[in-house]
Amino acid sequence: MNLTLKIWRQKNSTSKGKLVKYKLDGVSEEMSFLEMLDMLNEQLILQDQDPVAFDNDCREGICGMCGLYISGRAHGPDVGVTTCQLTMRNFKDGDTITVEPWRAKAFTVIKDLVVDRSAFDRIIQAGGYISVNTGSMPDANSIPVSKRNSDLAMDAAACIGCGACVASCKNASAMLFVSAKVSHLELLPQGKIEAAERVQNMVKKMDELGFGNCTNTYACEVECPKQISVSNIARMNREFLHAKVCKEKH
Amino acid sequence: MSLAGLFLVVFLLVHLSINLLILKDDGGKSFIAASEFMSSNPLIKIMEIVLFGCLFIHMIYGVILTIKNWMSRPVKYSVVNKTDTSFFSRYMIYTGGIIFIFLAIHFMNFYFVKLGLVDIPEGAGNRHDFYNMVINLFSIPSYSVIYIILMLLLGLHLNHAFQAAFQTLGINHNKYTPAIKVLATIYSIIVSVGFSIIPLYFLLKY
Repeated sequence: MNLTLKIWRQKNSTSKGKLVKYKLDGVSEEMSFLEMLDMLNEQLILQDQDPVAFDNDCREGICGMCGLYISGRAHGPDVGVTTCQLTMRNFKDGDTITVEPWRAKAFTVIKDLVVDRSAFDRIIQAGGYISVNTGSMPDANSIPVSKRNSDLAMDAAACIGCGACVASCKNASAMLFVSAKVSHLELLPQGKIEAAERVQNMVKKMDELGFGNCTNTYACEVECPKQISVSNIARMNREFLHAKVCKEKH
Repeated sequence: MSLAGLFLVVFLLVHLSINLLILKDDGGKSFIAASEFMSSNPLIKIMEIVLFGCLFIHMIYGVILTIKNWMSRPVKYSVVNKTDTSFFSRYMIYTGGIIFIFLAIHFMNFYFVKLGLVDIPEGAGNRHDFYNMVINLFSIPSYSVIYIILMLLLGLHLNHAFQAAFQTLGINHNKYTPAIKVLATIYSIIVSVGFSIIPLYFLLKY
């Protein structure tokens, strides 16, 4: 199929970018979206032009590196997939596809479609861990975990930190990401111990970094490639309120 | 914001129940009795302060929150977001703003008259004669139509607000959340239809 692409081109984080139009012919519907961009880049290199910079790594939907805002949808029109898993089958011959980077104050554009998502790392550093002494491997069954909690923790842990929640939220809020991390640790006995401090520190960091607030439109849940539920946001709100109300004087 | 909003949700039901007394065919006797009780009862006086407090917090917090949220995305997308979400959940600040304008007019028509800040309108006997003030206003068809449109917008604001308040307070349960969403829809229909019945009655009567 033949496509018209409108791609955001930006030299560096300080320069002003713009959408540039490209024609791309002979795209196979079996290609992934990133393979289509590879094809465009090969064409650009042959024409002695600067190829389009975009983030990617595993190309099997588990690393969370790729993430493009494709014609008004984070990770494109398909449901429950990352950009690398999005096939060109979702588009028609003659389509015009607009590709933009994630837009948020906390995610600055480094070049073209590549954004700096280290804000997520800083949120994790603020509390996305458990403190345990290293040593020999503990017995797997020494701490009982209910099946329900284990399933819910696993569902929350499926978050790959791609940033689609922030990109699709009208407020550029990181609540789904943070709540997934808070939930997956809080639901397990090892993480429960630091739950109160964790939720306060992670929320504080999230606010400091300039992410927006949740107004419950739930676009994040719709666009999340791992289909993380907004019930995690409610769990985080619950945990946060509990931590604030029950906090003792030091 | 959610707690203040939930208080306003309860208040609207009280307000609606009193307003509906206008429709009782007794020349406004029960409506006048109810509004006199609401103006004189000391407990209601205290609740009035709480109500204004909640209204103020809800509005100010809503505006601050929206400005902060707008600032969180300094460079906008060139293609508008096409994610499938409920339409009115995205425009709460706008429906809220329209309700605020309505409230200002509503206060000019009733509350400020009661306080003596605005002159008693023609047709009303005294500052507390809300029954005749209502009849006067709803005898203007354009006023009634605008009122009904605003009540529909209020209903759409409430439909999202009601269930979102529970989510914000951390109440999300696979058994109860679907019920809360149904309740939100029923509540918003009751409020918008309930308030609209009164001008509709006058529109059809005259």
